[in-house]
Amino acid sequence: MLKRREKMNVVKKLDCKGMSCPEPILNIKMTMGQIKSGEIVAMEATDPGSVNDMASWAKRTGNEIVDQKQDGKVFTFFVKKK
Amino acid sequence: MSSNGNKKITIIAANGSLDQAYPPLILASTAVAMDMEASIFFTFYGLDIIKKNKKLYVSPIGNAASPPPIKGVPIGVPNILGVLPGMTAVATMMMKSWMKGANVASKDKLLEQCLKFGVRMIGCQMTMDVMGVKKEELIDGIEIGGAATFLDVAAEADITLAF
Repeated sequence: MLKRREKMNVVKKLDCKGMSCPEPILNIKMTMGQIKSGEIVAMEATDPGSVNDMASWAKRTGNEIVDQKQDGKVFTFFVKKK
Repeated sequence: MSSNGNKKITIIAANGSLDQAYPPLILASTAVAMDMEASIFFTFYGLDIIKKNKKLYVSPIGNAASPPPIKGVPIGVPNILGVLPGMTAVATMMMKSWMKGANVASKDKLLEQCLKFGVRMIGCQMTMDVMGVKKEELIDGIEIGGAATFLDVAAEADITLAF
């Protein structure tokens, strides 16, 4: 898993820690406008609802969550722009 | 669906209390973030949501689900006390502090995000006339329309909600 992450083309970090619905989703949407197709953003969030929200958002928008992890209360989503 | 295949959502906002302002604004801005097209039709008391510098309140009266004012003490405010002057301001202050504690964005910030994201915001002309609301009293970026405008949008929508 770690090896896979090292290979990922993470071009940006997005800190959504402490934010509540719907701010993390609005922020990831805005960030998608700042990166190119195929590039990956690592987004951190603490809202437990973001796990389902991010999956739904990715399904709807066609962007891909290539990996995700949880470290204590912090969720990290690696989102690849379509 | 729209011509580009995106889903469409349209929402009626007919209430102007602080708690009722949140669902339309949150759902519309999130819908755009999910590549949908969103519109909100503000009518009757819902017009208060889009008035310039308008403070919204939440009433403690007749709200059986209103949480007790002191955390951990399961005693609500009796309706008879809720009618006292200043109680609406107190209830509003409490709700705002809970929202802030939960890191929820303010109504004004959500409004700003809706406009920035391109949510189509429509003020209802007929209720503006009824309530004596002038277009200049509304924030910038609001269109004006009537029932036909809403129905035209709603006829194309995949999701229609009313608050």
